[in-house]
Amino acid sequence: MDIHEYQAKELLSKRGVKTLRSILCHKPEEVYDAYKSLLSTVAVVKAQVHAGGRGKGGGVKIAKSADEAKSIAEKMLGMNLVTAQTGKEGKTVRKVLVEEGAEIIKEFYLSLTIDRKNAGIAFVVSAEGGMEIEEVSKNNPEKILTVSINPLYGLKPYHILEISLFLGIDKNLHGGFSKLINLLYGAFMGEDMSMLEINPLILTGSGEFIPLDAKIILDDNADFRHPAFKDLIDENEEEPLEVQAKSVGLNYIKLDGNVGCMVNGAGLAMATMDTIKEFGATPANFLDVGGTADSKRVETAFNILLSDKNVKGIFINIFGGIVKCDMVAEGVVSAAKNIGLKLPVVVRLEGTNADIAAKIIENSGMNFVSANSLADGAQKISKIVNG
Amino acid sequence: MSILVNKNTNVLVQGITGKEGSFHTQKCIEYDTKVVAGVTPFKGKTLFNDSVPVYNTIKEAKKERRIDATMIFVPASFAAASVIEAVEAEIPLIVCITEGIPVMDMLNVKAALNCSNSIMIGPNCPGIITADECKIGIMPGFIHKKGSVGVLSRSGTLTYEAVNQLTKAGLGETTCIGIGGDPIIGSPFITFLKKFEDDPETKAVVMIGEIGGTAEEEASEFIKNNMKKPVIGFIAGKTAPAGKRMGHAGAIISGGKGTASEKLKTMEKNGIHIADNPSVIAETAKKALNL
Repeated sequence: MDIHEYQAKELLSKRGVKTLRSILCHKPEEVYDAYKSLLSTVAVVKAQVHAGGRGKGGGVKIAKSADEAKSIAEKMLGMNLVTAQTGKEGKTVRKVLVEEGAEIIKEFYLSLTIDRKNAGIAFVVSAEGGMEIEEVSKNNPEKILTVSINPLYGLKPYHILEISLFLGIDKNLHGGFSKLINLLYGAFMGEDMSMLEINPLILTGSGEFIPLDAKIILDDNADFRHPAFKDLIDENEEEPLEVQAKSVGLNYIKLDGNVGCMVNGAGLAMATMDTIKEFGATPANFLDVGGTADSKRVETAFNILLSDKNVKGIFINIFGGIVKCDMVAEGVVSAAKNIGLKLPVVVRLEGTNADIAAKIIENSGMNFVSANSLADGAQKISKIVNG
Repeated sequence: MSILVNKNTNVLVQGITGKEGSFHTQKCIEYDTKVVAGVTPFKGKTLFNDSVPVYNTIKEAKKERRIDATMIFVPASFAAASVIEAVEAEIPLIVCITEGIPVMDMLNVKAALNCSNSIMIGPNCPGIITADECKIGIMPGFIHKKGSVGVLSRSGTLTYEAVNQLTKAGLGETTCIGIGGDPIIGSPFITFLKKFEDDPETKAVVMIGEIGGTAEEEASEFIKNNMKKPVIGFIAGKTAPAGKRMGHAGAIISGGKGTASEKLKTMEKNGIHIADNPSVIAETAKKALNL
């Protein structure tokens, strides 16, 4: 799960990492007061949304007086911030972080991620701080160093030395740098993070290393040992339909097309989307209804699909497996009747009793068409929505 | 022949008395899998379905039974510990069905596996099945039929889709393995590709990948350098948007890496027979086998 910059900094601060003083604000007046109380000659007003690239989109501004900070906040709060990571629809800014200024001597890039290939923890660093790391990686890969840590042995001084030398950290500052790296590694492991990105990490005039920005992704699966994770969720940042789906145990992701998809299993759901595209239509969503596609779940799934007004037709692709197809078919029909579904639906059910299921679908009296394979179904629904 | 499991494989079930565990153990027994023991804490000295002895720990079970493989249905918060218990007990094959194990726990498990001779399948997977002989997992048994194609996949129902086609096309399968949909899994494609290459009954291998990570790229390098048998490949997620987790924890395009097109390009370059869409997997396999 994604969390806000201010939450990320609180987490790091709790783990002993020094951060700049900052105050979270929801109203322009609060920003005015925050500026005053920071007693800093300069402050930065930063939009708090779950997306990177905020600076370029106008979500990070410098203020030199309380009045200026307030007027920045007046424009920023409520604005629709569009960045490279938000998509064209953007994200509404609901809160801003007012942070004291700092004298920046040098900027670095530093991140920690799960190294899938080596089953370890990877430090990725670069002296090109503040730049988009994807850009650096494409144009100047030699300016990036990756150090993979075997979790069995843990982070050792020689790992840190390698990073420090690569970044050209002054020998006199190595001690402080080393302490920071250890704290970050500890925070990453201890808080079950899947990503920790600090861009930039700054070296200040007083020789301290401080994260100027911080982005953290937490591993949802570890929430059983972190009761505080649930307090970090900001549902405003998520697609409302995705939140609704999640609350009933469905896995839904909204896309741009017009074919609503309902599939059991994540891999098959992706493959179904791909096949629809292959036949000339575009999927409106990813939706995994899970192993037990019973009537209640199907009904909820229908309602979620129908909330997306772009949807012109629905393709249900269920590989029955252990559940019998005729049971699924009856569930689908009764769910559709319950909500008075008008849209055309193509249903493909595979597995035990698939033939009986097809008859139930064809004789339902609804706007249903039965398909006998994934390709057949994708072709039929594409034809329907494309007129 | 087949790989890893056959009709003589003695299977233990960890979490045998739970809801999922008991349901699927029953289905495995109906497939004639030799389930010889179960483990559930504090349920020792009881019987599952009046026939399978239940023990408190693997250590207890091992004193009385030979165990070749274990199937794990333990809840996510305890599952990693159960895998390590199996590693310590030197169970040769560990199949973990559980979904939702924290990544940090899996890093721990991987470190333990690296110091052992155990092979782990999963987590977050349908399991392993050798058609008509042994089913260790949650896949529907009836779609499988003894034949000549090995199947490897990061997915569940998409694997059933492929198997169903192979069976209907008359090719059938040797062994089918769901390696798991998580970012860190017990064993990569390569572990099983090696075994399929050495198995005389397997004539071709179907490898079903998806977006996220570089497992398919690494597998395709291995295939190019080490395999004579044809490999048929499919990647799910051509239409998946970047930065979104597509159901499986491991299915995410991050920083522009792990896209379907990138994977397909590498696979094609390394001589893998690509199925452009999932409905032509069996057809592509037939062509690759000149049938």
